Formats: sequence, C-alpha cells, structure tokens
Amino acid sequence: MFQVRIHGRGGQGVVSGAELLSVAAFLEGRHAQAVPSFGSERMGAPVMAFCRIDDKEIRLREPVMEPDALIIQDPTLLHQVDLFKGLHASGYILINSTRSFEELGLGEFTRDFQRYRLCSVPGTEIALKHVGRAVPNVPLLGGFAAITGQVKLDSVVAAIREKFPHAIAEKNVAAAAEAFDIVSRSREAHHA
Amino acid sequence: MNPPKTRPGASVTPMQAVKFYQTGTFTVGNRLLAEDERSVQANMQRTNSLNSGHRACQGCGEALGARYAIDAAMRAADNKLIAVNATGCLEVFSTPYPETSWQIPWIHSLFGNAAAVASGVAAAMRMKGRHDVRVVAQGGDGGTTDIGFGCLSGMFERNDDVLYICYDNEAYMNTGVQRSSATPPAARTATTMAVGREPGNVFGTGKNVPLIAMAHHIPYVATASVANLRDLEFKVTKAMGIHGARYIHIHVPCPLGWGSLPEDTIKVARMAVESGLFPLIEAEHGELTGRTTIRRKVPVEDYLSLQKRFAHLFGKTPDTARLTQIQAIADRNIRTFGLLPE
Amino acid sequence: MLKQCEGSHAVAEAVALCRPQVICAYPITPQTHIVEGVGEMVKSGALAGCEFINVESEFAALSVAIGASAAGARTYTATSSQGLLFMAEAVYNAAGLGLPIVMTIGNRAIGAPINIWNDHSDSMSMRDAGWIQIFAETNQEAVDLHIQGFRLAEELSCPVMVCVDGFLLTHAYERVDVPTQAQVDAFLPPFEPRQVLDPAEPVTIGAMVGPEAFTEVRYLAHHKQLRALSLIPQLSAAFKTQFGRDSGGLIRPYRTADAETIVVALGSVNGTVQEVVDEMRAEGSKIGSVGICSFRPFPLTALRDALQHAKRVVVLEKCLAVGLGGIVSDGVRKALSGIQLKGYTVIAGLGGRAITRASLKQLFADAGTDELEQVTFLDLNADVVAHELERESRARRTGPTAEAILRRLGTVGSRIG
Repeated sequence: MFQVRIHGRGGQGVVSGAELLSVAAFLEGRHAQAVPSFGSERMGAPVMAFCRIDDKEIRLREPVMEPDALIIQDPTLLHQVDLFKGLHASGYILINSTRSFEELGLGEFTRDFQRYRLCSVPGTEIALKHVGRAVPNVPLLGGFAAITGQVKLDSVVAAIREKFPHAIAEKNVAAAAEAFDIVSRSREAHHA
Repeated sequence: MNPPKTRPGASVTPMQAVKFYQTGTFTVGNRLLAEDERSVQANMQRTNSLNSGHRACQGCGEALGARYAIDAAMRAADNKLIAVNATGCLEVFSTPYPETSWQIPWIHSLFGNAAAVASGVAAAMRMKGRHDVRVVAQGGDGGTTDIGFGCLSGMFERNDDVLYICYDNEAYMNTGVQRSSATPPAARTATTMAVGREPGNVFGTGKNVPLIAMAHHIPYVATASVANLRDLEFKVTKAMGIHGARYIHIHVPCPLGWGSLPEDTIKVARMAVESGLFPLIEAEHGELTGRTTIRRKVPVEDYLSLQKRFAHLFGKTPDTARLTQIQAIADRNIRTFGLLPE
Repeated sequence: MLKQCEGSHAVAEAVALCRPQVICAYPITPQTHIVEGVGEMVKSGALAGCEFINVESEFAALSVAIGASAAGARTYTATSSQGLLFMAEAVYNAAGLGLPIVMTIGNRAIGAPINIWNDHSDSMSMRDAGWIQIFAETNQEAVDLHIQGFRLAEELSCPVMVCVDGFLLTHAYERVDVPTQAQVDAFLPPFEPRQVLDPAEPVTIGAMVGPEAFTEVRYLAHHKQLRALSLIPQLSAAFKTQFGRDSGGLIRPYRTADAETIVVALGSVNGTVQEVVDEMRAEGSKIGSVGICSFRPFPLTALRDALQHAKRVVVLEKCLAVGLGGIVSDGVRKALSGIQLKGYTVIAGLGGRAITRASLKQLFADAGTDELEQVTFLDLNADVVAHELERESRARRTGPTAEAILRRLGTVGSRIG
C-alpha cells in the first residue's frame, strides 16, 4: 500500500487533489481511498487530505501516519505545521514552490533522503498560466505521477477529464502535463 | 337592496330604503337555496366525518367547528380527503381507544408537526398520481401558534397543498387550561392566574397567526367562528377550491376553559365577533379581500362578562383600566379591518 | 458498475435506485452530501417519480416522512447528531406507528461540546426507540444496506436507520460497485403498506392507547425486532444471491475460530481492526474480531456463539454511557451471560479522534496480557485531564471546561492524528 498525505490551506484544492489521485489509481484498476481531514472550514486554514493506493481492498481507516509521499501545496506551512511527521528518509516530497529545498531551508532536514525523490515544482505558477486560478493541486498531481510513478500521467489526465467540463479539463490537463515534464526532467537530473 | 323603481308620474318624495335583516343563517331555510349553497349539515347524506359518540365536553365549540369544517371539506373534495390532526382536545376526544369518531382517513401526528405530516401526505398523493385526494391539517391554538409554528411556517413557505385549520380556544385546554400565545390579554389560565399586579394574561404579548399567514402571501387565509357556521362552511368550501397553502383560523369557545355556560357557546362566539375582538376576514396572497361587517356592535363587557376567565375584571370594583384597554383592542380591529359599515 | 466516488454520492445513488417517492431533507454535516445528491437527481429528472422537499428543520423532515409513509409512499430522509435529537419525538412516533421509513444517519458526535466529527453517540441516543439500526463497515456496505434496508423496513413495517460513519465513510472516496436498476428492482418489490391513509378505505392511525392495551402494542413492537433477527440474515443471503457479495447480516466474525482475544466493534473502525488482527496473527497472537452490523435488534445469540470460546473480549466503542462506561459492552456482556471470560470496554474515537493502528496494536497486546483496565479511554491525554481536575479543585469560577482544555492544547488545526 502506498500512502500519500497532502498538506495545504483551505481553498487550494487539497481535498479534491486527493480525490483526483484516487480516481486516477482507480482508472488503472487499483484500489484507492481518499479522505479529507476536516477542521472548521475556512479559507486559508491548514487542511490535510489522505490518499491510499493498493492492489487489494484498503481496510485501514486511520489518518496517514506514515506517508510514503508528502505533497505540500503551501510552503508557508513549512515552519508552522509538523508536516513531515511520520515520513521516512525513503519518502517522496513534492513541494509547491519556485524555490529549491535548500532555499526553503530544508537542505539539512532532507540530507539523508533520496535526492531524486524530492522535488519543488511551481504548481501555483503553472496553474495560473494554464487555468488562470491559483489552485496548485492538479499540477502537483502531474508532478506526483512523475516523481513516484504510482499513477501514470494518462490516468491523471483521464481523472481530470472525468471531473471537469471539457474546456476547463483541457487547461488542467495542460497544467498537469507541464508539471509532469518539469518534475521528470528534474528527477532525471538527480538520477544522473 | 335597491329601492323599488318609482312609477312614472308619481310624486318625487324621498323613498325610505327598506332594510332586510339577516339573522345569521338564511331564515328562508335551506330548501329555498340552491344545492351548493345549502348547509352540508342539512343533508342526510353528509359524511358525518366527525361522528357522534366522541368524548367532547358539553357545549364544545371545537367539536362543532370541526364537524362543520370537515364535512364541508369532504363535500368539496368529493369525499376524498385525508386529515392530519395535531395532539390536542380534538385528537383526544375523537379517538378514545379503541373507538374512533372519524369516518375519514385520519392520522394523529405529534403535537408540533401536523403541518409537516400533512405536507408529507400531500406529497405522497401527488407522487401516486392521486391528484383528486385533498389534505387537511388540524390543530388547536397551542399546536398551531406555539409548538407547531415552525412546521406551519415551513408549510406556508413551500406553498404545500394543504388546508390547515386552527381551532382556537385560546389556551392549552386538554392539559388543563394553560396559556398559549393565542390567549387574550387579561384572561385567567392555570399559568396566568388572576392574582398580583397584572392578573390574568399580560397585555402586550401574543401572536396573530392569521396576519402571519397573510405575511407568507399564501393563496388563502380566513378567520371564522362557530357563531356563523354558514360563513365557516363557505370559507372552507372556498379554500378547497384553491390549491396551495391555505389557512383558516376558527374561534371556538371552550365552556370549561373559559368558564362559560355550555349553552352559551354560540352566543359567546357571537359576542366576540360583534364586539370586534374576533374579526371575520378573508385574504388572498397577503391582501385583505373580504370581511364580515358587524351588525350590532356590542361593548367588550358583553362578551367578557359571560366568561369566568375574565371574572376578575368585574365585581364590586370593575377593572376599568383593563376593560378600557380591551375595548381599545376591539376598536382598533374595527378600524383596521373596516368592520363597521360606513 | 464500479465507480470511484464519495461515499455520500454512492449512498445517494443507492437510494435513488430504490425508487423512493418522497424524500425530505434538512442539512446537517456530515450527511448533507447525501441529500444534496438525491436532490440534484430529482431536480434534473434523473430520479423520476420522486418529490424532494426542503424542510425547515429535522423535526419537520421526519414528520413529512411520517405523513408520506402513512399515505403509502416509499419515503427516505437522512440526518446526524443534533438533527437526530431534534426529531427525537418523531423518531419514536415513526417506530410506534410501524412506518417503514429508511433514514441514513451520518454518524456524528452529539454536543455539548459541539463537534462535527464522527462517533456513534447519535445513533446510540435513539437505540431504544424501536428502529432497526444497521451499521456499515465500508461504503460498499453503505450502498448495500440501503437496498436491504428498504426491503427489511417494508417486510416488517418497521423503520430502519442505516448508520454510516461521518467523514470516515461519507466523505471518503472509495471504489464502490453501484448496482443496476434491474438488479435492485429484482430484489426490492414495490411498496405494499400494511396500513395506509386511503379515502376508499378510511382508517384512523395514531390512536391514544391507555393502560389496557399499551403493553400489548409495545410487546408486538419488541416481537417485531426479534423477528428481524432471522429476517436480517435471510435478506443478506438473498442479497448475496442477487448481487454476488457479502453484505449486512447480524455480525461479521474475522479470524475468530481459534482466537483467544476477540475485539468487537461497529462500523468503519472494523477495517483498521482487521489490519491489526492480521499483523498480530502474523506475529503469533491468537486474535480475531467481530463486527456488529445489526445493533438493533441486538444479536445476542449470534454474538454468544462467536465469542464464547475466547478468553477475553475487547469491546471497542465510539460512544459513552456517561456515568456507566460502555453501551455496546452492556449488550455484549448480556450475550455472554453466564460465561466466564474477561471483558474489557474501550471507549475510542469520540468526537472524531483518530483510532490508529499503533494504538490498537498496543491496546490489544495489553488486553492479551490482561493488563487492561475494565474501562479504558483510548489515547486519553491524562495530563490534560489531571490539570483540569486540579484547576477545578482550586477555584470556583473556572470558566467553561472545553475552552480551558482547548487553550491548554494549543493550536490543533494541523495535528495529524
């Protein structure tokens, strides 16, 4: 089972990101569970969502305590919330930012991590460019597909097309694809 | 009535218009009226929806009002009517297990939800394609103006196809005469005793649900009284000819709770109307469309003195201050609704 | 058809497939998405022959359902927590009148303190009202139990509450197999009421019943629920034949055959429990679990059969009988009447507190070595409690308890577990 924890703020599409990811996995014939973690709903408050992917039925109902991958949609949470709780050094971290891990002050923390499993991707900028809204969840899913390989980009695209009406869907598809490219190239760079 | 035409050539002396007085019911009698104008009660084939044998008190205004109202509704609905009844006197005295006086499909809801349960029945009828079956909800003042108020307003607001009839005897009678928001000022009840500086129910409280119903702009609102049973039947029949949320508020004296004589029920009801304390009106979509003018205005004392619940206003030193206040309420009603002919 | 969707949405589809005729709704978290889902289906025409009524309170919602059901329409509503309490009078009324209404409870804690998250206190508050109460373990089961629920309700003339964990199930996206209309039609025949308001055959419903007959009427209601003890497994078997999967029934034993420790629980936490059972079995522990699906009627005999050979039973409950301890435990203890084994009550997950694999594993291990208290509050923050008790003993005007505790806990918005 692969467990993902997504952190962000209300209004950034954290919950729908987890849901889209679960649909993408479903479309590949796998089992997936996406659950939001509700606080009092208000724009800007820290929110979390969880997504589990497995090849058999998922029975576990606890929050994702030991994520295999973290998606951080809002870097302002970095030094406010214990985002990395339960994450092992073998984990994946995808951060929505134009800055590198070092620039974000995470160099030391991620020293023992696998370099090619860490990536910063400018999700908000990509979203603004293609969709016109500062909601980074879809680009980050494209990045997630690239960095973890847990779902194929095609599946993410199919999930997007299921959820959104045609015109908006295609813009989101473009955003996901661009993020996928950026992350793939960065990953190759680290591997090399 | 128009004065008779003068014969050609006659002297032009002022003619005195002849006034014909009606005495509550058509004195000419049912048989000279068209079928549809006759009282339902005069018909041997009436449904007797609320059959005899119920356990109402002697002189109960509510039993009388309910019988007339539901039979009229049944006639108008071609005998296809379902009744929903809130907890209260009517429900209790009409269904002493294992007997029931109801000859029609009838369900006792709860105290505060007759309007909602009726809305549900109406929805079911629609979904089953039974557009011929009509729904009536019934409740006392307590079940309508107080605990049932939320559900009532909801039914009004949705314009559900229900005729809601409130039998207003101005207190929670079945539980022992406690004050409701329909209890008039100065009335003694078990929870507004005639003691202290402000004996009886305090002034400045209370709800006028007919006006509130009008504020919802529902298709039809009317007040009626057992003093004028033909008018009551007419209003019920008229309401049944309309679809959507309708409300009829009937004044029904309670000899036990009011401390009036059982044989005075109709007289007391008439005094309430003739004093102006209980206006008889009709409204459609929030606008007043009709009112019954007072034939012979009586001072409020004529009404109040018939009831022991107002006894503390009389006696060796009458409470002129409060009587004056009550008269002012009556006079205001007369002004507001134009209850006296010009 | 397999779908990946939100639990509430799946439930809405299941309800729609049952051909309801009247649905009334009042919003309350976390059931709102269910009624919104059905509402949309009615408005768009996807669900035909059904009227959707927006009512002004939960009390009105169940009242409208009572009227509609008494008039012969298949009726549905949903609520949670405070809403269930607000309609409490109508809840008892519907059961007493024998009206086959199906109602989803999106399980949520009851305040004060106000809390929107999952636990079972709402369903438990109405456990003796006379409704059948069945608990779903997964969203698939939530779908299936609604379909079984309508048939159960109508065969018995008894209302049914389908209990679905708020947020954990209602708001979880999972894979669900939504049946076809043909499949549901083959399983659920049209509604044929035992009693109905019909001008052609007038009846009086809702008479006042005095001492001379009240006991008999109530006995018959009790008897009806006892009959449900056989009907529920029958329907589950019929469901399996029609739809090809296990769903519903009275209880669901898991690896209990040779278990020395058996954990009993309701609802979605059973999934996590089974994961822990598997982990501990792999390490050599003789542990198993039983999920109770039918809480009312309470399956005394079935539980006894499943539990009696164990050395100890741990009842894990998401509810609390204040001043007493467990609610489910009471029923389990009764089922084991006369049998000597160790029984532990664990109060967990109140107000949505996460029940983690790690905590459960430690808990079950402690139970295995009989190091557990009779009643345990899982993951209780003893420091906070001690501090509050001490504070209250020092002064009179200590202010609202909940607020004091929250202040002490600090920012919780980003806590994970």
